[in-house]
Amino acid sequence: MARWQGQLIKIDDYRWKIPENYKTGMKVPGLIYASQEMLESICEEQTLEQVANVAFLPGIVGYSFAMPDIHWGYGFPIGGVAAMDIKDGVVSPGGVGYDINCGVRLLRTSLSEAEVRPRIYELINALFHNVPSGLGSEGRIKVSQKEMNQLMVEGARWAVKRGLGSEEDLDATEEGGCLGGADPIKISDKAVKRGMPQAGTLGSGNHFLEIQVVKEIFDSHIASIMGITEIGQILVLIHTGSRGFGHQVCTDHLRVMEGAVSKYGIKLPDRQLACAPIESSEGQDYLAAMACAANYAWANRQCIAHWVRESFSKIFGKSPEKLGMRQVYDVCHNIAKIEEHIVDGRKLRVCVHRKGATRAFPAGHKDTPTRYKEIGQPVLVPGDMGRCSFVAVGTQKAMSESFGSTCHGAGRALSRGAARRSMQGRDVARELENRGITIKAGNIPSLAEEASQAYKDITEVIEVVHQAGISRKVAMAIPMGVIKG
Amino acid sequence: MYIVEVKRAFEIIDHVADVGIVAYGTDVEELFSNAALALFSLITEPESIEEKLHLDLEVSSEGRDRLLVEWLNELIYLFDAERILFNRFDIKRLTHNELKATCYGEGFDPMKHKIKIGVKAATYHMLKLDKNGDGCKAQIILDI
Repeated sequence: MARWQGQLIKIDDYRWKIPENYKTGMKVPGLIYASQEMLESICEEQTLEQVANVAFLPGIVGYSFAMPDIHWGYGFPIGGVAAMDIKDGVVSPGGVGYDINCGVRLLRTSLSEAEVRPRIYELINALFHNVPSGLGSEGRIKVSQKEMNQLMVEGARWAVKRGLGSEEDLDATEEGGCLGGADPIKISDKAVKRGMPQAGTLGSGNHFLEIQVVKEIFDSHIASIMGITEIGQILVLIHTGSRGFGHQVCTDHLRVMEGAVSKYGIKLPDRQLACAPIESSEGQDYLAAMACAANYAWANRQCIAHWVRESFSKIFGKSPEKLGMRQVYDVCHNIAKIEEHIVDGRKLRVCVHRKGATRAFPAGHKDTPTRYKEIGQPVLVPGDMGRCSFVAVGTQKAMSESFGSTCHGAGRALSRGAARRSMQGRDVARELENRGITIKAGNIPSLAEEASQAYKDITEVIEVVHQAGISRKVAMAIPMGVIKG
Repeated sequence: MYIVEVKRAFEIIDHVADVGIVAYGTDVEELFSNAALALFSLITEPESIEEKLHLDLEVSSEGRDRLLVEWLNELIYLFDAERILFNRFDIKRLTHNELKATCYGEGFDPMKHKIKIGVKAATYHMLKLDKNGDGCKAQIILDI
């Protein structure tokens, strides 16, 4: 692919601007968070052209943002943030992505590396057995049509009501694990049919379940409020989304939006940016359906978290409470939210699209949970299975500059095919094992696609958002055991 | 415009986070059939699929390229929700905005069919469908 030759203006070491006059039709400039070095690789693809294209969308305010983990997506880049004025702006399913509310949930434990390492095989096997994963996997729970309707409306609470988790988990989940406005009427039969058997499954691809060891604590006060107190402490990270259900919701509504584009006379530089005015029936229908998918994903992660606790409990012979298995937080990485922000000095209600980006609300914000009011909302940023993951917090700077948003992960550097070719003849599982990382995967050949080499270095990504001030790093953990679908 | 080669049925192409297919056909009917075959060759080994059942499908959309996306999305849905794998497609009727086809295959059997990747959606991203006197060619990116 051709290198991107567009115009970039350096603002400081971590911020770059695509001027509004780069392309006729841009309504706002682009703002990219990256180091000089990262920018070099970002420009190897046409990702920044996508950042400029998003700036065409009606009602966009501020900037079309690119986080340092940005890579090429469909229409919208992955790692992009765009806020639209709800009065005259649009909502775009492409600005959320297919896997609606793909996200991560972090559990802390009171266990240490010394206690877990000798039993890692048993633990990984128990988790692999208890958490359905892999291609075509079906859930342990059977969801009827009626229950599916409740699940879509209640989100994580649906699972808690069935005894899978506690009220405290909901407090430690973005939106309390339930996005308002969900309306099952807006969901097709096809989406329901795809969703019912897959509820409570991890899935495949880049989704995972990881046992981690805390390696570094950057801010001990903030970390301790999250329950992260010791180097060597064991954490569990769950990464999954809304499975086939979310994909069908996106597919169904993209089709509607394709028609809406001409109906409302919207001019787009790329058809995958298909959108409709937020206030239109098409826009409202999508938001109501998207909320159902977001809630499905939260219910999914809630069920999985419960089975993770059960597995630990079985192996260590203690209750999850005794093992200190509290939920640190659960964040969305793919979502559109109606939020209030200050734009040009005035309060504005906007629809913030975060596609491969994380909400990063500061200390004191009304939507930051009570237990984190003093420190800011936890931000969970997984890396690849061979390197590390970070815990960070939201900041006032994110609120004033990036609509309370930051990065979401490492971001792919190689295509799946290129990753497979570069790893040809190498035994990824054995290489990881030699480095103290035990892996169990349903689909061994696809492991090479998820090797470290396929991803950007998460440490560089975090450094950029930390230095730019849109989130603050708190702790870093490395994997000890990984389950891939 | 592409240089159209109709010798091959399809090719698999790389995309950063996903995968794409390029399908060929001497006519649009053959192209639609080959695109579907490419899809199932990504999901599993098409040789492992036997013709034990058939299903009549009808898909509609505005424009041939959108119809192609709809067609593949219908097949993706049938695998994900109904667990059916297909390996032969008889395109009965194909207009600018309507497709009727009979699809042949069998129910997914985990002991018999090795699933290679989970294809979740056919997208409009970089979608191309070109036709000339010699045949036609289409490119579709799939979300996996």
